[in-house]
Amino acid sequence: MVRLEKRPSPSRFWTMATPVVAVALTMIAGGIMFALLGKNPVEAIRTIFWDPLFNEQFASYSRPQLLVKAGPLILIAVGLSLGFRAGIWNIGAEGQYIIGAICGAAVGLAFYPVEAWYVFPLMVIAGGLGGWAWAMIPAILRTRFATNEILVSLLLVYVAQAILASMALGALRNPEGGGFPGSRNLSQYPAAANPELIAGTGMHWGVVAAFIAVIAAYVLLHRHMLGFSIRLAGQAPRAARFAGVNPDRLVLLCMGLSGGLAGLAGLFEVAGPAGQISIDFGSGYGFTAIIVAFLGRLNPVGILLAGLLMALTYIGGELAQFMLGLPSAAIQAFQGMLLFFLLAVDLFSNYRLRFGKREAV
Amino acid sequence: MQRRTLLTTAAMGLGLSMVGRAAFAQDKLKVGFIYVGPIGDGGWTFQHDQGRLALEAALGDKIETVYQESVPEGADSERVLTQMALSGCKIIFTTSFGYMDATNAVAAKFPDVMFEHATGFKRDSANVSTYNARFYEGRAVMGTIAGRMTKSNKIGYIGSFPIPEVIQGINSSFIHAKKVNPDVSISVVWAYTWFDPAKEADAAKALIEQGVDVILAHTDSTAVLAEAAKTPGVIGFGQASDMAEYKPSPRVSSIIDNWGPYYIERVQALLDGTYAQKDTWAGIGGGEVKIGEITDAVPAEVKAEAEALAASIADGSYHPFTGPLNKQDGSVWLAEGERADDGTLSGLNFYVEGIVGDIPK
Repeated sequence: MVRLEKRPSPSRFWTMATPVVAVALTMIAGGIMFALLGKNPVEAIRTIFWDPLFNEQFASYSRPQLLVKAGPLILIAVGLSLGFRAGIWNIGAEGQYIIGAICGAAVGLAFYPVEAWYVFPLMVIAGGLGGWAWAMIPAILRTRFATNEILVSLLLVYVAQAILASMALGALRNPEGGGFPGSRNLSQYPAAANPELIAGTGMHWGVVAAFIAVIAAYVLLHRHMLGFSIRLAGQAPRAARFAGVNPDRLVLLCMGLSGGLAGLAGLFEVAGPAGQISIDFGSGYGFTAIIVAFLGRLNPVGILLAGLLMALTYIGGELAQFMLGLPSAAIQAFQGMLLFFLLAVDLFSNYRLRFGKREAV
Repeated sequence: MQRRTLLTTAAMGLGLSMVGRAAFAQDKLKVGFIYVGPIGDGGWTFQHDQGRLALEAALGDKIETVYQESVPEGADSERVLTQMALSGCKIIFTTSFGYMDATNAVAAKFPDVMFEHATGFKRDSANVSTYNARFYEGRAVMGTIAGRMTKSNKIGYIGSFPIPEVIQGINSSFIHAKKVNPDVSISVVWAYTWFDPAKEADAAKALIEQGVDVILAHTDSTAVLAEAAKTPGVIGFGQASDMAEYKPSPRVSSIIDNWGPYYIERVQALLDGTYAQKDTWAGIGGGEVKIGEITDAVPAEVKAEAEALAASIADGSYHPFTGPLNKQDGSVWLAEGERADDGTLSGLNFYVEGIVGDIPK
């Protein structure tokens, strides 16, 4: 008989080995799926994991694109991980991301066509504040009325999407857009644009902000009293109370931080890679970031790596689609497998397999 | 550390397959397509993919085609286009209006790659051509059938986005329905998507609940016909593709986009070295728009009337926008016998007299 036994402390070996084993298992299972679809499995997997990084034709372009795709994921996930550690569940980062983008873009568009150095910084502030304010709704509702922040923050995503659609069709619509919904292209308005900082690197302000967020979160969690409070509140809420941690203050702080970072991610995206407010601007980064946060074990450095890995499967997946004619659904299934195996193998960090009969207690 | 291990594993597992790839000869012309929906949408994207297959059938020994489906109109499309260009595509067809900015941006970076943008109007650099079809000619025929067939005198139109191409379709449908049935009114619902079967079905349901019994759609999937099939007496038309599986009713006829000949012509020109930038807008006469079989659900005299109209459009003796026509506000648009010019049509942003409701501004 096989059973699981909880380890006294998480296994260091499995913590390290999990990603490798999961990737290997995904390659095997994905390879079988690709073979069933009539494609060469080795070639498909090489296209997804190897070509974006090392193919001489693409790599110089797709390596920077990894940063572009990973930047917002990491920025949002770092913010979320702080709350998640403290047991504060902000599921609505997608909404905060959208509202941040709308607020930031609105400020930029209000200045159009003024060319001044202060436009972009003001947009950044507006973006961060927008995300922060949107996260404050579930935060204040929780602290004042003890509502459930999971539900409120999630449902506010749909409100944000409706606001996004009305902005793309109404207030922020490009008056020269020929009737098509969507704002002016901010990336073509130099004072408001969030361009590549060094050509050919993919580095834009959002990626810079993501790296800063990783470092700041690391320092906060390991060297700062607030980080200690967050970890304590998550692991032992009662002890945290006795230690003088004010739970309401912690909720406001964690929700505010994660909302603000999500708002910033939205602003950097709308002023850079996306370029404009459009109906389908919200591409799910806010939800994917939740996965990235857990994939990275709520650890800032882990999130950095997890964000890059997610980005790799997106970009490699796109390559595989048109290079090999794989259907897009197969790529999504492949990404799903990766997450499935990561979470499944992760079990071995905290549990070990025991063979034989249970010992009498 | 984790990341390095991961990459090393990937490298070991896949390194072998790299051998022998470099020698792959690139003597065939590579042609790329990007699609806004899945190739199985049964409508717009399906029809473009039929065009791609026709191209392969015609020039298969000299060319190789690649495609990517379900590419969102936004930042992702720019990346997909760049990767296609890097992968050696010499001509790339971008088959949705929303790819306009991305197409022009990528084209500027790859002057040696030809870009063909469907339904757009921007040709910023010499390697961007645009092509479109006069769908409004087909709409005139559908409008005639709709006007004759409706019993409630209410026809419905599901618009995707309020862009000139769609407004042409609404106006043309209404003008020709009204011509054969002066009591007819048209209700327009905006779906704000090209491909979203659930939303399209919802829009159809809303129209049917308002008493509409003939539905025209300007979206990409077959969901509208599937919805119409649920209510006896409600009919509709195949849009972009024949949608023959809904014959003989609710699908009583269809507008078929026939892209194959254009794709063959352009790629052949590129092979021959006679390729030049251009803006193509062909209709029933040019064979780019076809009218699908009118089924027995339609009385013979209506069928004959519709076919006669299609024939007169094809030979140029009739233009669907011929005066006297007034704008919605009652002011004169076209005087008796006057025909709309292409410039006005490609920027059309008003309804004709008799249509109730506003175009979203």
